Amino acid sequence: MRRIISVLMENAPGALSRIVGVFSQRGYNVDSLCVAPTDDESLSRLTIITQGTDKVIEQITKQVNKLIDVLKVVELTDGAHIERELMLIKVCTRTDLARSEVKRTVDIFRARILDVTLSHYTIEVTGTNEKLSAFADVVGQCAEITESARTGVVGLARGDKALRP
Amino acid sequence: MKMMSGAAMVVEALKDVGVTHLFGYPGGAVLDIYDALYAQDTIKHVLVRHEQAAAHMADGYARSTGKTGAVLVTSGPGATNTITGIATAFMDSIPMVVLSGQVPSMHIGEDAFQECDMVGVSRPIVKHSFLVKRPEDIPMAIAKAFYIANTGRPGPVVVDLPKDIVNVQEQHPYVFPKDVTMRSYNPTLKGHSKQINKAVKSMLKAKRPVVYVGGGAITAEASANVTKLAEKLKAPVVSTLMGLGAFSSVHEQFVGMLGMHGTLEANKAMHNSDCIIALGARFDDRVTNNVDKFCPHADIIHVDIDPASISKIINAHIPVVGSIDKVTKQLLDVMAEHDLKGQTEKLSDWWTQINEWRAKKCLSYPQEGQVIKPQKVIQALYEHTNGDAYVSSDVGQHQMFAALYYPFAKPRRWINSGGLGTMGFGLPAAMGVQFAHPDACSVVVTGDGSIQMNIQELSTCMQYGLPIKIISLNNRALGMVRQWQDMNYKGRHSHSYMDSMPDFVALAEAYGHIGIKVEKLDDLDDAMKRCFAEKTRLVFMDICVDQNEHVYPMQIKYGAMDDMRLSKTERT
Repeated sequence: MRRIISVLMENAPGALSRIVGVFSQRGYNVDSLCVAPTDDESLSRLTIITQGTDKVIEQITKQVNKLIDVLKVVELTDGAHIERELMLIKVCTRTDLARSEVKRTVDIFRARILDVTLSHYTIEVTGTNEKLSAFADVVGQCAEITESARTGVVGLARGDKALRP
Repeated sequence: MKMMSGAAMVVEALKDVGVTHLFGYPGGAVLDIYDALYAQDTIKHVLVRHEQAAAHMADGYARSTGKTGAVLVTSGPGATNTITGIATAFMDSIPMVVLSGQVPSMHIGEDAFQECDMVGVSRPIVKHSFLVKRPEDIPMAIAKAFYIANTGRPGPVVVDLPKDIVNVQEQHPYVFPKDVTMRSYNPTLKGHSKQINKAVKSMLKAKRPVVYVGGGAITAEASANVTKLAEKLKAPVVSTLMGLGAFSSVHEQFVGMLGMHGTLEANKAMHNSDCIIALGARFDDRVTNNVDKFCPHADIIHVDIDPASISKIINAHIPVVGSIDKVTKQLLDVMAEHDLKGQTEKLSDWWTQINEWRAKKCLSYPQEGQVIKPQKVIQALYEHTNGDAYVSSDVGQHQMFAALYYPFAKPRRWINSGGLGTMGFGLPAAMGVQFAHPDACSVVVTGDGSIQMNIQELSTCMQYGLPIKIISLNNRALGMVRQWQDMNYKGRHSHSYMDSMPDFVALAEAYGHIGIKVEKLDDLDDAMKRCFAEKTRLVFMDICVDQNEHVYPMQIKYGAMDDMRLSKTERT
């Protein structure tokens, strides 16, 4: 089962490698990983998408929590939450049909075209993991995808719940 | 405010955290620190012959005292040589701080001479690590390292020190932190009161309880509380390899070590129990055997300071996070509110059953002629040391024989590499013990395989005049490997024998020590007498033992806890 684990940790050198290390040395999956400093510069927030049974997720949470640099760990998929991911995708649009179809798809998905040349569009799209995949799928049917990059998922719990030190 | 160099700060901070012994080996990147050491005599530096041994010495020092062991090595090979020692300490939760030199900051990443990413290499086997980037950060890094190493679930911490920050030419203000607090690290010590009440209820309801003691009870200095708890409950006590001594092995309620080479009565008691009280143990695979068949009737109360150890292997019905000393105290307080008079009677059927298992005498072995049985050597060792020695062990058959045939009455007397199973651990560990307890009897139980993995330390023993007693069970083979080959590989002894064994007596003498060879049973007693009469010198006893002896009892693979072989021909 797909899970989102959110980690609040010290924004310190080596902290990220320790977390990644826990996953590799204990044989846990990482589907995506996203990390950046929070509103408090001394802290980083890391979001990991992983798969596992309840027992595995419990172990992941405990083992990550055990790291000295880690302040808090929550599994967002435990409760109501919001998740978003951003994708940049470059498509080859040499024909008029491709250009108009891609533009239409961009509008439908509420995406944005960030860069235009005679031959290419570079598009930004945000949403859930599934929405991004659906967009790539549809665009790929009307134009050739040159390259794409995704940020990995970030998420927050709904309501007043928060991950604070 | 004192001004000093980075190197002087390292030494000053080590003094401030209370380091008495520093086990190390100099080299290019730490010459400045060694120069600062030269100028003082508060900290005793021990020059080893190989950095692995430095880590094991610090480990032996830590296990026998509870204090944090300290190591100082140079960059590159000096640092990587400590890896096995760090991993050994990590697996057994031993507090240790390893200071490693590093190439100057501006050369990090350039593949400089003797450069190695020590923080990276050691990452999976440390509790935490620091790469210090500014001289003024040295005191805090060292203070934090020692704090982290010896609080919560202890473990090794690496502090990597680039050469430029310990430069003797530059002076910086030295401020040692009054106390260390970290917002991200705050171990839970006291058990949750609701869980404590639940645990007591379950313990007192049980008709066949077993107290299962692990190394955590020793770490937490909880022997007295654990003993009180077991005595109030009247329950049988089993111990892991790491927990031996936490509850006295000569106590009438002690039924033995459990697990792969546990006693029949210990494993039977576990398997048939209706309530297991695990105190600082982690349900290791060398204990549980097949987890699907593990103790089918028991409610499991699992007390551990590390939440990640709870329900990792075996699901705990009543998890309690906390240190063993605090939680056992809480359990005792709640028990005091109950009437415990009926316990003896309630458990009398249980004890009748246990005594039947005990009567099978699973540790008996046939002794014929003049061939020396390894078990006999350990029993002789017990008699000649009055059961009061610090026994450090290597890894293999001799380790199991020592664990089974030398009953430890006190904690911190049994020093062995339980988790990682590091051959070569015994001699340096016994040296660490001897440095910590100069007047105590420090013994190594080893074999002809293990002793050769760190034998160079005989030279260090000479330099510091350590009167260690080495009891080497020489069977001309890698005994435990050979035993498995006998049992599982139709006796095909692939590379488990040694064709060119050194003359250990001559070797010991070459290093300046005393060597004694024993080949006949009749000579064993006198040789032991001679050995332990030597109060000031190291004695190496090379004892030829039966090559074909196996360690029994032994659990049968894929079976339940109590599916065991009792000898080469009998099983449960």
